[in-house]
Amino acid sequence: MKPKKNRTRTQPARIRSTNRSAQRHSKLVPYLTHHLQMLIASLGYLSRSPVSSLMTSAVIAISLALPAGLYVALENAMKISAGWDGAARISLFLTPNTQLAEARALADRLRLNTQISRVDIIDRDTGLKQFQQISGFGDAIKFLDENPLPHVITVQPYDDRQNPDKIVRLVETLQQEKQVELAQLDMQWVKRLYTLLDVARRAIWIIGSLLGLAVLLIVGNTIRLDIQNRREVIQVSKLIGASNAFIRRPFLYTGLWYGLFGGLLAWLLVAVSLGIIAQPVQQLATLYYSDYQIMGLTPGDAGILVLASCLLGWLGSWLAVGRHLKDIEPS
Amino acid sequence: MIRFDNVVKRYPNGFEALSRASFHLPRGQLAYLTGHSGAGKSTLLKLIALIERPTRGQIFLDGVNLNNVPNRRIPMMRRKLGIIFQNHHLLSDRSAFDNVALPLVIQGYRHREIGKRVRAALDQVGLLSKEKAAPITLSGGEQQRVGIARAIVHKPTLLLADEPTGNLDPDLSREIMALFARFNQFGTTVLIASHDLDLIRITGHPVISLNAGRIERNELQMHAE
Repeated sequence: MKPKKNRTRTQPARIRSTNRSAQRHSKLVPYLTHHLQMLIASLGYLSRSPVSSLMTSAVIAISLALPAGLYVALENAMKISAGWDGAARISLFLTPNTQLAEARALADRLRLNTQISRVDIIDRDTGLKQFQQISGFGDAIKFLDENPLPHVITVQPYDDRQNPDKIVRLVETLQQEKQVELAQLDMQWVKRLYTLLDVARRAIWIIGSLLGLAVLLIVGNTIRLDIQNRREVIQVSKLIGASNAFIRRPFLYTGLWYGLFGGLLAWLLVAVSLGIIAQPVQQLATLYYSDYQIMGLTPGDAGILVLASCLLGWLGSWLAVGRHLKDIEPS
Repeated sequence: MIRFDNVVKRYPNGFEALSRASFHLPRGQLAYLTGHSGAGKSTLLKLIALIERPTRGQIFLDGVNLNNVPNRRIPMMRRKLGIIFQNHHLLSDRSAFDNVALPLVIQGYRHREIGKRVRAALDQVGLLSKEKAAPITLSGGEQQRVGIARAIVHKPTLLLADEPTGNLDPDLSREIMALFARFNQFGTTVLIASHDLDLIRITGHPVISLNAGRIERNELQMHAE
């Protein structure tokens, strides 16, 4: 829109030249130019009141950082538990007087069972070593006179999720073996964990949707105030023939910018929060003999976050403009 | 160019601003609209600019029956008009150049074309040197001339002016009226609402007088006869 300074003027002014449409044959370039101008102009508009723009973006960011942060937490929980996926394992604790050879024989027999996919044997010495390593009672165990652990056979059944009853029956059969003191199904708690994660996932969706709605309202309200502040511009523009799309455009771009800044800020908030948490999490993991490292937002997730934020900003603005632009007519 | 056919405008509060008004302003004509405040001048202009819709009767603008123009087509109709306001309605946050450029931007003119036309329009009103000035730094007469430049920059077929000299001293008013006469000489149809009867007398253009919503005297008819 700004004229170049050093341009030579053509012809003295003649306002009623006849050739009206010839220079306007292509409207696409001016149209795109105008979009670009509005994109930049709306950014300029925001930069004129940086504090309030930043505050609006911050409110959007906080609203989005909360579900995004919860999502990251859930993803981490899923990743930790992913190793246990399908872990319907049956542990057979053998009677204390069972010899290793007998245990091996039983294991071989179980391998022939068509319901069983995998059989492992943990002899009592290995069991003790593992227990020493994992439990943290290593020193205490040294004081024991003899190994208190029995041999253990772990059995992994086929098809565990679809047919929980079948597994329960298998456990019952295994319990009948005379060397087996206790047949224990290690599935219940995994089931509970998965159910809990499922509940958490849905809760996050609900929280996310509600806060997304909040973002719509925040942007809508901010844009409504913008519209009122620019009442005069709107009236004058309407009077000289501006279409509704033309008048809407700067506001839509303003909403888009709010969304973009809010989204980027939300990403930053999540990243910083994870940075703060990462170290204690690692310490906690070390205490559990794990080298687990907390996982942040993947670039894809972050992209979706920012994109969703932009969309919400645009949509919130669109709703506000649709509602309030009609009210402003020239008088 | 404009034809009013028994136009009635009654506001929701029952006030009848226009009563069975009929007149015809031919293409290329300049006419004045006079009357006391409240006589219906502004209402008449608002009906032409589609700011208000008539309660009864028909208005034709450039051959188009305005009753048949749906709301979404209003912007397109308004682009045929150049409207000048008493308080000029300039946007204070942009320069004179950008104010004048607004109708062209709205209509999607190319950048180069906009620069050329805006300067031509500013030249017409004698303000070429002030293109970068903010409206607030201009005098009342200059602001009004920027408003006029904005109204003519897109070469409207009809120029409407609502009390364009309302806030100006007599010398400036004469200057502004002379400007309108010049646009008219170039072929633009012009309708000026004004209560400045002395000024109107000396220009010698036909006058439509409104009184309490009725057309009391229509010199256009006499011209035609």
